[in-house]
Amino acid sequence: MTLALLAQGAEGASRTPLLVVGFYLLLLIGLGVMSSRRFRGTSSDFFVAERSIGPFLLLMSVFGTTMTAFALVGSTGKAWELGNGVYGLMASASGIVHSAVFFAVGIKLWAIGKRHGFRTQVQYFRGRFQSPFLGYLLFPILVALVVPYLLIGLLGAGAVVRGITVGMFPDTFAGQVLPNGRVLYEGALPPWITGLVICAVVLFYIFAGGLRSAAWANAFQTIVFMITGLIAFVLISGKLGGLQAATQAVIDNSPDHMTRARIGKLQFATYMFVPLSVGMFPHLFQHWLTAKKASTFKLTTIAHPLFIGIVWIPCILIGIWAAGAEITPPGNPPNPNALLPIVVVVLLQDPYLTGLLMAGILAAIMSSLDSQFVCLGTMFTHAIVMHAAGEDRFSDRAQVMLGRGFIVFIVGITYLLTFFPPPKIFDLAVWCFSGFASLFPLVFASIYWRRTTKAGAIASVLAMVVTWGILFYEGLIAPTLAGEAMEGDYLVGGMMPVTLIFAASAIALVAVSLVTQPPPDDHVDQFMVNA
Amino acid sequence: MKSGEKLAWGLVLLVTILHFDLWNWDSTDVVFGFMPVGLAWQAGISLAAAAVWALMMRIGWPGEVEQWAAQPSGLNSETGEERQ
Repeated sequence: MTLALLAQGAEGASRTPLLVVGFYLLLLIGLGVMSSRRFRGTSSDFFVAERSIGPFLLLMSVFGTTMTAFALVGSTGKAWELGNGVYGLMASASGIVHSAVFFAVGIKLWAIGKRHGFRTQVQYFRGRFQSPFLGYLLFPILVALVVPYLLIGLLGAGAVVRGITVGMFPDTFAGQVLPNGRVLYEGALPPWITGLVICAVVLFYIFAGGLRSAAWANAFQTIVFMITGLIAFVLISGKLGGLQAATQAVIDNSPDHMTRARIGKLQFATYMFVPLSVGMFPHLFQHWLTAKKASTFKLTTIAHPLFIGIVWIPCILIGIWAAGAEITPPGNPPNPNALLPIVVVVLLQDPYLTGLLMAGILAAIMSSLDSQFVCLGTMFTHAIVMHAAGEDRFSDRAQVMLGRGFIVFIVGITYLLTFFPPPKIFDLAVWCFSGFASLFPLVFASIYWRRTTKAGAIASVLAMVVTWGILFYEGLIAPTLAGEAMEGDYLVGGMMPVTLIFAASAIALVAVSLVTQPPPDDHVDQFMVNA
Repeated sequence: MKSGEKLAWGLVLLVTILHFDLWNWDSTDVVFGFMPVGLAWQAGISLAAAAVWALMMRIGWPGEVEQWAAQPSGLNSETGEERQ
């Protein structure tokens, strides 16, 4: 379909927003072409950008990758459900915890990666615990936890584009009522097309230039989504009669959203475990192991809490203002994922601005996908295939091809999963983060506790998998399969499930390490920074 | 641990404790005419966190980590085995 045809849309809503998004995607492709000119074709350049990522690119990459549909689409919808307390629940807690992990864990991992030449976390854990089995055990678990993270992005993109393009294609994607009462398409671009386009663009620019291309695109897209987020905030508040009037409507119509009445105190406290997930995100781990210098982390550690505030505060306010303005997302029960696009469409009614904001949201989503794609390719190639087949088995070019092949495989699986969406993006994200957070005892102990043993590490991972699996099934899979509408978060004794999973993982690690033979001192010395 | 780093970690702990602002739980008060007081407090926590980490970088930065990293490795990075 040509851009000119897209713009016509005579019978339905204006297709101009799609033109704006199309232009943005072309810019990204251009960026990929530019970075490909600096690509040397070596595996080191493709996977770790020759360890050349500096402070600014690192900040943008770390922040851009961490902020996905979860931060924009999910937080707005969650604030609409639970009120302004969502910021304290997730964002300000993350500002404290993320930076603490960057400082206490990231810098030490950088030193270990630099000294021993590790590129991925599987290599690191295998080396630290002298256990090829631990590497093979961790790899599928990490991939299984990253896939929902990627899925969140594709689902978020699909929800946003679907919401904004309602009525643009009344003939091609005509409304159709499903047996469950849900209306399919409504003349909107279906999520499967959005997912396909997003995957293709991201794959293009990371294949063109590897990690460097992903880092450049991250920086560009992070700037775009932060600026467009602020523009959206100003415009939406204006349409609601100004900041004070928008908030006054919340006080009048939905005062609960001004408080934390819908959030439990124990839930609030135990949410603090969730941001520990950054300690085990594979893409961040890879950044730590391969950054240029330790001091590269300084800017990220300081600016991260500020950047979180810049992105989340407007989203939270838009969410509660929507509740005050009595805007309800479509669906039965209402789908919070669709709130942000509905607010944008209903309130702004300007196709260029709508297109700009849609591009901004997609920027946030794509900036999360790229680094993770490259990271998974790196881990598969270096930590699994080359480990199993031998270091000299593959040429440089073959290594790059292997990485790309695995990336396409993972993207394909994630894309297929978009056809079975969970009810809420935010909740899926929290489950995914809970899994990573519950592996945090492993990385922390590996750096700070000499007595940690191989058996303790394996027990910790297995305890996490079992408890996470049971609670995930109880909390998300079973109700989804039963078609139950989930009111509020799934809690265990008022606490977030991550509390139990984390405890099981930590207890297993300590208990088993204490009853098994300590690792040799001379080996552990090589991992105890400044020992 | 250096004394500067201890001080900065103490401040991190303080910010973490202040994050649990139970006194704002049920308040519908607004600040700056539009911001729920609980949200404004948490925004302040984000600012405080950035300030504390800036302080940490200044007085608690582990400069010696670069020297440690520059030492020769006794491991094979691909296998994790000790080099002979």
